[in-house]
Amino acid sequence: MNRDNSVRTSAVLEPQLRGTSPSGIDVPTCVDADAADASSVGRPGDYPFTRGIFPDGYRGRLWTIRQYSGFGTAEESNERYKFLLDKGQTGLSVALDLPTQCGFDPVHPMARPEIGKVGVSLSNLSEAEILFRDLDLSKISTSFTINGTAAIIYAMYLAVADKQGVPRKLLTGTIQNDILKEYVARGTWIFPVRPSMRLIADTILYSNDVSPRFNPISIAGAHVRDAGATAAEEMAYTLANGLAYVEELRSRGGDVEKFAKRLSFFFYVHMDFFDEIAKFRAGRRLWARLMKERYGAQDPKAQHFRFGVVCGGSSLVAPQPYNNIVRVAVETMAAVFGGAQSIFTCAFDEAFQIPTEFSAELAVRTQQILAYESGIGRSVDPLGGSYFLEQHTNRMEAQIIQIMDEIEAYGGVVRAIEDGWIQMRLAERGLERKLNTDSGFNVIVGQNQFRKDDEEIKVGEVFQLDPMAAQRVLEKFERVMDTRDNAAVQRALGRLSEAAAQDHENVMPYLVDCCHAYATVGEMVDCLKAQWGEFKEPVNL
Amino acid sequence: MKALQHSSLLASKRILIGKPGLDGHDIGAKIIALALRNAGAEVVYTGLRRTPLQIAQIAVDEGVDAVGLSILSGSHRELVTDVIEQLRVLRAQGVKVFVGGTIPAEDREYLLQLGVNAIFTAEMPLEQVVTALAESLS
Repeated sequence: MNRDNSVRTSAVLEPQLRGTSPSGIDVPTCVDADAADASSVGRPGDYPFTRGIFPDGYRGRLWTIRQYSGFGTAEESNERYKFLLDKGQTGLSVALDLPTQCGFDPVHPMARPEIGKVGVSLSNLSEAEILFRDLDLSKISTSFTINGTAAIIYAMYLAVADKQGVPRKLLTGTIQNDILKEYVARGTWIFPVRPSMRLIADTILYSNDVSPRFNPISIAGAHVRDAGATAAEEMAYTLANGLAYVEELRSRGGDVEKFAKRLSFFFYVHMDFFDEIAKFRAGRRLWARLMKERYGAQDPKAQHFRFGVVCGGSSLVAPQPYNNIVRVAVETMAAVFGGAQSIFTCAFDEAFQIPTEFSAELAVRTQQILAYESGIGRSVDPLGGSYFLEQHTNRMEAQIIQIMDEIEAYGGVVRAIEDGWIQMRLAERGLERKLNTDSGFNVIVGQNQFRKDDEEIKVGEVFQLDPMAAQRVLEKFERVMDTRDNAAVQRALGRLSEAAAQDHENVMPYLVDCCHAYATVGEMVDCLKAQWGEFKEPVNL
Repeated sequence: MKALQHSSLLASKRILIGKPGLDGHDIGAKIIALALRNAGAEVVYTGLRRTPLQIAQIAVDEGVDAVGLSILSGSHRELVTDVIEQLRVLRAQGVKVFVGGTIPAEDREYLLQLGVNAIFTAEMPLEQVVTALAESLS
C-alpha cells in the first residue's frame, strides 16, 4: 500500500476553506436572515421560478437519466443503446463522429482518420435506419450532440421516423444546434456566423410546427465551462447566446410565445457545490425575467428555463480515477438541487478513455441511487430559503448580469465572436485556471494535492474500438452510393440550393427531401457552403 | 490567484502550435501557445482543421524550431505519422515534434518511436512543459 504525501491540510489549502467561490463571489463565514434577502424567492412554479419551474418538482416527474454514448458503426451503437435502455436509462444520447459533425463524408481525406472515433458515423439515411433499428422512436427520447450539421441530422431523424411510420408530432428529443458556442469552444462550425444563425432559426421554426415535442436547440454553456469559464461566465455566455437566437427568431417573424417554449439549455456541473446550485437558480430566474420583461412572453412555459446537465467533464482527472466516482455523485446532487430536467453522468474513466460497460453502468447507477435511495428529490428545492444559498444566488445573478452587460457593451455576441474577442477572453481564463491548478491553489485531490507519487494509473479493462469499424463504414457508404437513385439526389440537392439562396425560405423541408433521397451529409453541406461560404476563424492570440 | 509567469526560457525560439484533423477542442492548444509566449517564444498558432501537409508547410514557411500538435479526438496515430512524414518530404526533419492532448498510455511508445520528442498531458504543469521544451531545443 502506498503512503500518501499528506493527509492533513497544508498552508496552501487554507484559502480553500474561506474567502471567495471559484466564480469570484464573496462567501461569508455565516449569513444571517436579514442579509439573505430571500424576499423574491417565492414558491416553486411561481414566476420568476428561482425555486424551479414546476410546483411539484421531481415528484411530478423525475429528471431524465441519460448517458452519452455512440461510437464506431451504427450497428455497434444500436447494440449499445439497447444495452443502456435495458439498464434503465430513459433517454438516448447520441454522440456522432467528427466527420459527421463537421460535414465531411467518410471518403473525404479529412475524414478518414476520424471515422467512428468520438461517436457514430451517420453520413446518410441508411446509417440512421441501422442506428435506430428496433427502437420505437415514439417511445424514446433521443438527444443528439450535433451543431454544425444539426439541421441535417434532425432532417435525417424525421426521415427515419417517416420510414418507421412514426408520426413526427410524437417525436421527443433534442438536437444541440447551438452554433455560437462552437465558434468559441468546441470548433465544429462550418458556415459563417450569420447564415448559421439563419439555419438555426429554420430548424426551430420548422420543428415548432412539425415536431412540437422535440427540442430543436439546446443552448450550451458546457463547452466554455470546460475550456476555463467560471460558473458565472458559463451562465452569462449561454444566456447571451440564447438572447441572440431569440433576436434572430423574432427577426424571422417567430412568435416568442411559441418558440420560447422549445428553447432548452445545457450546462456542466463542476465541483463547487453552491456555485453550481446558485448558477442554476440565478439563470432560471434571469431567463424568465428576460423573456417576460424584454420580450413580453406571457405564457409561463415560454418563460421556463429548462436545462440538462453533464456531471463530470474536465472536473474528472486521470490520477486516482476512482475518485471521479465521488465527484460525479456530488455534482449530480448539485444538479438535483439546481432543478435540472435531465442529467448525464460521466463515467469515471472518461478522462482517459471511452467508457467500458462497467463504468457506463456505474454512472447510471449513481443517478438511480440518488433518485430512488437518497430521497433528495422528494421535496422541491429543499435548500430554498437557506440564508447562504439565497444570498449566494443573488450574488451569482449580479455577476452574471455584469458579464452579460460587458458582452452587450462590446456589440453583442455575434460581433464578439466574429472578432474573436470572446475566444481570447476564454483562452486567458483557461490559462489562469491551468496555472491555479498547477500551483495547487485549485485543489484536485489525487492530482495536485494528496498525491501518491509512485501511483500508476490502473483500470480494470480498456474498451477497444474495433479497428475494422472504419472500413465497414466505408464499404456501406460505397454500397449506398451504388444503389441510390442519383438523379433523384441531384434534383433534391438542386432544390436545396435554390432554397438556401433565398433568405426567407426555410431549408428544412428540402433537407428532409435530400435525406429521403439518400443524399449524404457531405453533399448537403457542400451545397450550402456554395451558397453561404465558410467561417474564417479569427486566430488572434 | 497565481500571476501569469513570464520568463525568457524560450527566448529566440519559434514554435508552431498546430491542430491537425477535425478535433475542435482548442483550449489546450491556446493555453500552451500563451504559456510558451510568456516564456519568451515566438508562437504561431494554426487554428483548427489543418491537414498534416498544411501544418508541415507552415512549419517550413515560418522556419520554426518545433511543432506542437494538439489532438484530443483519438486520431493521434494517423495524424502524427502524417505530419512527420510531410516534414520529411519537405526536408524539415530538424523541426522537433511534440504532442499534447488525450494520448492513451499504450500509444505513447508508438508516437515516440515515430520520432516525437515528448508527449504532454493535460495534467502536466505548464512549467514542466516549458522546461522540457527549453531543454530539448537548447
